[in-house]
This record gives sequence, structure tokens and C-alpha cells, in this order.
Amino acid sequence: MSQPADRRTPTLELRDVSKAFGQVIALRSGSLTLYPGSIHALVGENGAGKSTLVKIIAGLYHRDSGTFELEGQPVDFKSTAESKAAGIAVIYQEPTLFPDLSVTENIFMGRQPVGRFGRVDRKAMRNEVRELMAGLGVKIDPDRPAEGLSIADQQIIEIAKAISLDAKVLIMDEPTAALSGVEVERLFTVARSLRDEDRALLFISHRFDEVFDLCDTITVMRDGTYISTDAASDTSVPEIVRRMVGRDVDELFPKQEAKIGDPLLVVENLNMPGVFHDIDFTVRSGEIVGLAGLVGAGRSEVARAIFGVDPYQTGKVTLESKTVPPNNPSAAMSMGLALVPEDRRKQGLVIDSTVGRNITTAIRRLLAKFGLITTGMENESAQVWASRLEVKTRALDAIAGTLSGGNQQKVVLGKWLATKPRVLIIDEPTRGIDVGTKAEVHRMMSELAGQGLGILMISSELPEVLGMADRVLVMREGRITAELDRKDADSESVMFAATHAAEESYA
Amino acid sequence: MASLTAPAPAPAPETKERRYLDHGQPLWRRLLLTREMAIIGLLVVVIIVASAVVPRFGTTVTLGFLLLDVTPILLIALPMTLVIITGEIDLSVASMVGLSCVIFGVLHQAGLSIPTAALVALVVGAIGGTINGLLVTAVGLPSLAVTIGTLALYRGLAVGILGTTAVTDFPRYWTQLAKDRIGNTGIPVVIILVAILAVIFAVVLHFTPFGRGIYAIGLSAEAAQFSGVRVKRTKLILFIVIGIISALAGIYYTLRYGSSRGDNATGMELQVIAAVLLGGVSIFGGRGAIHGVIGGVLLIGVLASALRLANVTSDVINIITGVLLVLSVVSSSVLAWVQSKRARPEVPRRQTTSRPNATAGNNQ
Repeated sequence: MSQPADRRTPTLELRDVSKAFGQVIALRSGSLTLYPGSIHALVGENGAGKSTLVKIIAGLYHRDSGTFELEGQPVDFKSTAESKAAGIAVIYQEPTLFPDLSVTENIFMGRQPVGRFGRVDRKAMRNEVRELMAGLGVKIDPDRPAEGLSIADQQIIEIAKAISLDAKVLIMDEPTAALSGVEVERLFTVARSLRDEDRALLFISHRFDEVFDLCDTITVMRDGTYISTDAASDTSVPEIVRRMVGRDVDELFPKQEAKIGDPLLVVENLNMPGVFHDIDFTVRSGEIVGLAGLVGAGRSEVARAIFGVDPYQTGKVTLESKTVPPNNPSAAMSMGLALVPEDRRKQGLVIDSTVGRNITTAIRRLLAKFGLITTGMENESAQVWASRLEVKTRALDAIAGTLSGGNQQKVVLGKWLATKPRVLIIDEPTRGIDVGTKAEVHRMMSELAGQGLGILMISSELPEVLGMADRVLVMREGRITAELDRKDADSESVMFAATHAAEESYA
Repeated sequence: MASLTAPAPAPAPETKERRYLDHGQPLWRRLLLTREMAIIGLLVVVIIVASAVVPRFGTTVTLGFLLLDVTPILLIALPMTLVIITGEIDLSVASMVGLSCVIFGVLHQAGLSIPTAALVALVVGAIGGTINGLLVTAVGLPSLAVTIGTLALYRGLAVGILGTTAVTDFPRYWTQLAKDRIGNTGIPVVIILVAILAVIFAVVLHFTPFGRGIYAIGLSAEAAQFSGVRVKRTKLILFIVIGIISALAGIYYTLRYGSSRGDNATGMELQVIAAVLLGGVSIFGGRGAIHGVIGGVLLIGVLASALRLANVTSDVINIITGVLLVLSVVSSSVLAWVQSKRARPEVPRRQTTSRPNATAGNNQ
């Protein structure tokens, strides 16, 4: 609980800040002290109150009690504009740029420099953006539209915007969740150079390797309460996890040995020009196959094509020796294929529908008797899956969007397990999920494999891939560039295949 | 069917059976505090007040004419509800009514029997609906634009075929059937057909997997597709159905007024859509129920009929229905706003893992 001694005035200091929404207390007692020239990590499970704290700093919420000081002066933001003006910039996981406007226009949105006669001074804008990009050491054409930029580049643009506003405090809320290894490295380089400019950075992440790699100080929160702040060098991952969870998490990736049997899913020579090429692989019964690679390598696209949400041009997909028809998810489903998609809120769930309906959407035709279905029938089945997966909700007619990320993921899993699949394709199984639930999800996947399911797991988290997969396929620019056995796969070999042209592709 | 023989994947080793409430709120609140019930309640109030205040309103004659008048709107409102719940819209329905009137009339004039002519008109309705549906699903155009186009197209065809003339010599048996009442209740015979269709649409929407798909599409077409809902096929089917029902309304319209003209039912699409929205269907898709829509159609019909009997001019009636519609749409957003205020704790997603009532057994 000891604060690292520092003689300097903190850039930002919150003490005993609380926030309640009606009956529910989102933040009991949050404390956070950011110093200039430091990268500070804020960690905690989903629901620990991190986001509420950030939203209070950003001026989105107003605190109920506690003190909030910026450079020693008490502040009281009533809007995000006030917080921005005070030098606080927040970069969210998924930046919100105007897709049709250019990079330059996005950076200067709402504060374009004007020349004579009130004309927007495009030249001045462009020059400043060039300087900013050079300063950050990245190459992004200032004139290109924001549309089509990778999430990593979009974040860089948000950071450039923050720098051009001369932000003193930069908050990054899970910036790396959607980034690949190289992109993370680039972001970290930028973050370090900002630190060296004496700005205060706050980094929120679920990935401990990154936290320990980047940050010098770590603050842990649990259940809306401040737990501890330590120098990164004085603590360790197990220690931090214990504080976050409030108990020991025995093992993060408990993959059990499963008997690997006959081939279930066979993908042969799948092609979609411009998206993926010559995709060949097999998933066997009891096997977890990891599909690694950078974001944008075409992994999700392959998964979607196999399941039939997207078309493919040539190639063949068979499940238990029966051909899965292309572009027909409902046929793929009834043959025993299930896809837990990448984007939980948009693809995995009908987010405005109830938990009960969501769990039963995929099996609604099987549930129906004489072609008729009632809420009662849906709930009967939803009860079973919600309780097996220990979804935390009071009622089955709660709207799915009101559940936490981890519980939403459990609903998606329940929905697909209810279809009794033979092969489960699971895209980013634990993105944005807290540690406790993450371990639960891994345990479930491992058990499912033990029961003879074939699992294809797409993941951008290397430890997850290495911990869970029996075999790792690596994709790069739409091609499978390596197939590594569990014993041969380590972070170097996977990252190498993901970033370098393969000397010899496996196909 | 291999999937059924798969081993039941039952994770959670120490499965503690956990029961969930089926519903977070008591039955009466779920049944009564809905937009549908608000509209039906308002309908009842208007009927009671009008019967007491407006002379001649509470008679079987009035009831009969009221029902005859709302029948075409009620018919089209049924499939329109489903179409709007998927997030689409069909503005070409009134033009299809007109086209169906003309086809039916012209074929009758050419010597075809009434049933044959009606059948052909229904087929034309199906074709018109298919064109709308294919442009929306296969080509991927927005239904608003597509059906504005076919609104002009179908009306143009209708007027083009018959010009400014009208076919009026329909057999008395059929025109009488369209106006006949059940005994001396004043309720038209045609209401039986409407009631049967209403029950069918209600069952399809609320109690079939197909209906579940319709709601899922309206709330999130992408998620629906990922769950194996055939989004395009569902929409295509609905556009075909609404085309057929519009044609059916056209046949009824022709017989009821004994006149087949190209400009029959001009502007009716807006009356239909107004009634559907008043009945609680969200224009953004995903929400609404058949009973609310029937309430909405009847509310507009009853108001218009009562006001007409009270010698209020039709432009004032239009103003009143317009205001009612705006109020109902506003009230629904106000209601949503109030609910979001009250349910505020649910809004910040990540903070709500440990809700007080959530089974706190093994809190993380």
C-alpha cells in the first residue's frame, strides 16, 4: 500500500473517489496518482471500476465524492470538453475517427487553423501533421482518408491529436487489445517517447507481459476499490493477479491432455482473392488448433468463410467427411459447426435482445414443437446453459448488453454449446475478459476438447495460443506460413512466421 | 443430424445448479406497462368517450362502416409490421393496391371469372413483392429507395393500363359479399378473413422460429446472420407476402367500392405506416407486436369516424391523427429516456459484474 516516494508534484491525483448509479456502486473508493515522465498501469478485473475511474477523469461522469487534482489544483470537470482543455487525452480501444475525412482533417477536427478570410489553412495543417508523424516515427500519409486504416494506425492518429493539443495526461484504455505484436511494439515506442517528454501516461490492460514491459508503476483495483500501487520492479505477475482476484489463480492456461482422434474439420485449398490463399488444414477430434498471426492476416476471414458467413471462391470444407456448403451458416450449423465470432457485441450477440433469447437463437428451430416456440420453451433451455456456464445475471430476460464482457462471452459460448457442435471455431475467446473468467473459458475449451470436440482457436494473445493449442497454425497476409507442433511452438517461432515471409510454406 | 448424437458438452465440473428468474419483472408490469397496452387503453377510452359524446357513434351501422373502412389498412398493416420489425419498409403497398384493382378490373372486363381475375391479381402482387424483395436482398439496395421507386412504377402501370376510365360492372354477388354483415351485428363478413390473417401473422411473428429470426434481424442483422438466421431469405419472403396481401387489399377495395381505377388507394401507404408506428413498432426495427398494431389501426379508424360524425372536417382529422402519431413517437423516446435514467446502473458495462441480487455464490 506504500506510495513510491516522489518529490515532484503529481500531474494528476484522485483520492477516494466514488461513483454510484442509483443503487449500484460502480466505484467505491478509487485513488490514482500519476507523475510526469511515468507510465502507470491500472489493472483489475472487469467490473473493478477502472473504466468508471477513467470516465471520471475524462469528464464523462461526475464523481459523487473524493478529491480530484490536476497539477496540485483541484478540478471539477463537467464535460469532456473541459477535461480536454485541461490537457487530458483519452485513447480508447477502438478509436472513433471520421472515416471519410483525411488523417489531417481528423487530427484538427473542430479546431482547424484558419488563414485569411477564415479559410481553413490546409497547408499549415498538413505541415503540422507531418511534423507530428515524424516526431512519432510513423509513416502515415496525412492526406489519406481514415477509412481503411488499421486500428493501430487509428490509435496513432488519436495520439497525434493528443500531442497536438499538448496533452499532459494520456490515458490509453486497453489500446493493445486489437493490436498485433509489431503494432504493440510501435505503440510502446511512441508511449516511451511521450514519457520522456515528461507527460504522464496511464495504461489499462489485461495483458501482464505488456504491463511489466511498458510501465514503471502499477495500481491494482478490485471491486471498485483501490488496492495497491507499486513500482513494477518491486512486484510480480502472480502477486498482481492475486491482488486483482483476491485469491490465488492456480493456473492461467489449464490445458488438459486430450486423446486426439480422427479428423473432423478438413479445409482444402480455400481461396478468396485478396483475402486468403491456399488455406489447407485439418482439425481432429479432441484437438485445439491455434490460429495465430497479426491482426489483418486473414484469420477471422478464414473462420467466417468456413462457417459460411462470407463466401469463398475455390476450395472445399468438409466436416466428418461431409461437404459443408459454402456461404450457408445455417447449413454449417446443422452439420455441427459453431463459430464464436470476434466481435461479441455486434456478431456474437443480438445485444439488445434478452439473455434467454440469445442463448436459444441458434437452436430455435430444434426447440420448436410443431413449428411453434414460446418464451417458456426458450427459457427452459436457456436455464440449462446459463447455469452450466455460470452466467451472472438475475433473470433470463435481462438484456444481453447489460452484462459484463465476460458474462456476455459466456452467453455466446452457451448459445453455441447448446447446438452440440462437433467443431467449435472460436475467434478471440478471451478478448476484453477479466482474469478469472478467462481461466474459466480456457478450462471449458480444454474440457470440450476432452469430450472429443475439435476446436479451432483464433487468438492474438501469444500466451493463450502457446498455452492452449495442440498445434499452431500461423497466418501472414492471407496465407498459412507455418504449422508448428505444441512442442516446437514458442513465441519466437510464432512471431517469426507471423511477420516474415515463410521460407517454405507447409501446404 | 449428426449433431444430436454428439456427446453433450457439459463444462463446469462441480456444476452447481443455478436457477435464474425467467423474468426480472412481475407479470402485470410486463403485460400492462407496454406501449401496446397504452394504445389499446387509449382506444378503449376513445370508444367510451365517443359513444357517450358523439351522437350515432355507438351504433352497429357506424361500427360496420368503420370496420369496412379500416379493413384494407388493417390487412396491409399485418405484413407491414413484420417488414418494419426487420428494419425494412415497403412504401409501394398503396400503388400495389391500385395495380391490383386495375388488373382485377381489366381481367373481369375481359371476361374472366371473379376468382380467376383475383388469382391473377394476387400473382401480380407476388411478382411486385418479389421485385421489391430481390432489389433489397440480392442487389442490396435500401428498401426505402427501392419502394419509393416501385411506388411510382406500380402506380404508373395501374394508371397506364386503365387510363382515366374505370371498370364498374362487377357482379352484385361479389360486391355485396364485400359489404355483407354478420347477422345484425353490423360486423362485416370480411372481418372474419382479417381476423384469421391477424391470428396467422401473430402466431408467425410471436411463436415461430421464423418470427424469432425477424426480431433478431431487426435488432442486429449481423448477429442474426452469425446465428444462422437466413437474413436475405427472410426479408425476401416478407416482401413477397406484403405484395400478396396488398393485392388482396386491392381486390377487396375494388369490390367494396364497385370500382376499379388506377388511382385507387392513393396515399394509403402512409396511413398504414402511421398506424403501424402508432401501434408501437419501432421504425428502427426489432420491436413491436401485432396486437399493438391492430390497436393502432383501430385507434386511427375510431378517431376519424367519431370526429367525422361530430362534423369535424377531414383536414382537422388529419391534423389530429398527425399530432397523435408524433406524440406517440415522442412518448416512446421519452419513455426510453426515462427508463435509461432509471436503469442507469446498467449502462456502464464493465462495472456491473457484481449486481447486488446477482447470485453472489462464487464471486470472483
